Amino acid sequence: MNRIEERFKALAEKGTPAFIPYITAGDPTLDVTERIVLELEKAGADIIEFGVPFSDPVADGVVNQEAAQRALKHGVSLRDIIKRVKKLRESSEIPIVLFTYFNPVLAYGVEAFAEDAKDAGVDGVLCVDLPPEEAAEYKRHLDARGIAAIFLLAPTSTPDRIEMIARNATGFVYYVSRTGVTGERDSIEATVKGMVAEIKKHTDKPVAVGFGISTPAQAAEVAGFAEGVVVGSAIVRLIGELGESPETAPKVGAFVKSLVTAVKETA
Amino acid sequence: MSEYGVLSSRQSTPYPDDRGRYGDFGGKFVPETLMPALQELETAYVEAKEDPDFQNLLRKHQTDYVGRPTPLYFAQRLTASLGGAKVYFKREDLAHTGAHKINNALGQGLLAKRMGKRRIIAETGAGQHGVATATAAALLGLDCDIYMGTEDIERQKLNVFRMRLLGARVIPVNSGSRILKDAINEALRDWVTNVRDTHYLLGTVHGPHPFPLICRDFQRIIGEEARKQILEHEGRLPDLLVACVGGGSNSIGLFFEFLGEDAVKMVGVEAGGIGLGPGQHAARFAGGSLGMLHGAMSYVLQDKNGQILTTHSVSAGLDYPSVGPEHAYLMRTGRVEYTHASDSEALAAFRQTSELEGIIPALESAHAVAYACKVVPNMPKDRIVIVNMSGRGDKDVQQAAKYLLPEEDFS
Repeated sequence: MNRIEERFKALAEKGTPAFIPYITAGDPTLDVTERIVLELEKAGADIIEFGVPFSDPVADGVVNQEAAQRALKHGVSLRDIIKRVKKLRESSEIPIVLFTYFNPVLAYGVEAFAEDAKDAGVDGVLCVDLPPEEAAEYKRHLDARGIAAIFLLAPTSTPDRIEMIARNATGFVYYVSRTGVTGERDSIEATVKGMVAEIKKHTDKPVAVGFGISTPAQAAEVAGFAEGVVVGSAIVRLIGELGESPETAPKVGAFVKSLVTAVKETA
Repeated sequence: MSEYGVLSSRQSTPYPDDRGRYGDFGGKFVPETLMPALQELETAYVEAKEDPDFQNLLRKHQTDYVGRPTPLYFAQRLTASLGGAKVYFKREDLAHTGAHKINNALGQGLLAKRMGKRRIIAETGAGQHGVATATAAALLGLDCDIYMGTEDIERQKLNVFRMRLLGARVIPVNSGSRILKDAINEALRDWVTNVRDTHYLLGTVHGPHPFPLICRDFQRIIGEEARKQILEHEGRLPDLLVACVGGGSNSIGLFFEFLGEDAVKMVGVEAGGIGLGPGQHAARFAGGSLGMLHGAMSYVLQDKNGQILTTHSVSAGLDYPSVGPEHAYLMRTGRVEYTHASDSEALAAFRQTSELEGIIPALESAHAVAYACKVVPNMPKDRIVIVNMSGRGDKDVQQAAKYLLPEEDFS
């Protein structure tokens, strides 16, 4: 069992959902990213999503696009990020998921990527533009190394696709709460609860919900019916505002603490 | 063998296969939100293709509205000046709106309407696809938003005004390098948000399956007409076809009909820009490698970490870091040869075609003419070359004047 499955199992026993913060790796620098991760762990985050910066992030809103641009400006690569995960493993056992576009993985070499990710202690990978139909070889290499292959489900997914994707996913299923790109929104769509219930008809795997959740109140709302709550852009925006200041990691930690509290108190 | 095409030379015929693969290239690499929409599009397209009413309506519009067939014109003075093979132009510049782009925009517009979509969106580089899409939207009574990089808005002001005049909204894209690739990123973000009531009218033979197939099918008419016309003019098939390749729709449109004719040689001309260093050109087959951008596996200009490189071309329509997957396949199998023409070669051809034939070519098409000007003098006089005059150059005169008459101010 890898760290993601262990974490969901432990949380299920306690009856609390997972809180999963997303940060862009390398924004503002990988050193700051490392410090932020340790603060997020202290704040009670269960799993960290590392966004891998890409030049053409079509599934991302402006906040994550700009964060990726900042990271790319000083040349942060997938290789650097994997190395940094390895270093983090000297001080932390928090489950880590890489949230990436497919082209950097393809350029790395799918098998070499899976091998190095395993060696570094990466626990899961979510390729946002790689649906299961195109993912057989990728999944084979991840499966062989016990790395979770996490796939997206969306409001437009048909029952056939929900069944197929849930069957292919390992670790957890990631439900995209809205048609659209990543980013903060005023409210959670009314359809989310029903779709999560629909997904649960097809799978026993944990369901995490992301895209558009940004406040403690929204996180608490989703925590009422999902096993995982992902918050990204609100945290990424804060990191962007604080930059390389020594206050960045603790301030981000404090914000995430408020989200964790909201999620855990709901349960 | 790797599923992600680590340079095997596997061939699959017929193509694309049911996964939208052209050998190792193509496919459907998109976020889950769009996967059901691609399936819906494919189903609707297959039905429309088999529906005589749809085909009749399309043909009627092609004739009465677009003005097809476009002529195949013998470029007598250019031929005489080059002193070799006979050069014909397939006059897509005479199609309504001034380029081949209308063939696809009209076809997909009719398809969108049939699917009950009330809104269409599109990306544009040179503005020709944007104008064609805005035109189809006006004709069919659909809402229309066009994404265009601010760099391209600057160099194609005339087309921006045309799109607005046609009732479309032109949305400036300021992200990335502010050109075609970035406009596609924004169009995809729009589509992922509004997928239920919006059709993304993709303008070239790129993107996730079934877009490369649909666009090719709507452009095939170029080659089908050219075959008939050259047989009427010359009583035989041509020896060489030449077309420029950005995403690759005008070239596939001309080539496809002739792919089975082994005696017909084909050359696709990419944008050689100002040199073959990173960021200086858009010659994907000269400087690119296997990659996945905008939904399809193909050749991509990228760095060693898989980040997409910036591109440069004097021609906005060729200024794109990837190329249609069918072209990647035709390159790999050796059926089509790909080369590139530089900015200055294209500008020279732009001037030469204007002076000798009274035809101002689009800067995109001028790349194809530039290649023809290089090889035709060395071909025997009884050989026949068809160059796809994919668009007219009125949109480019201000841009070209900056290079050709730098001391004068036309702004």
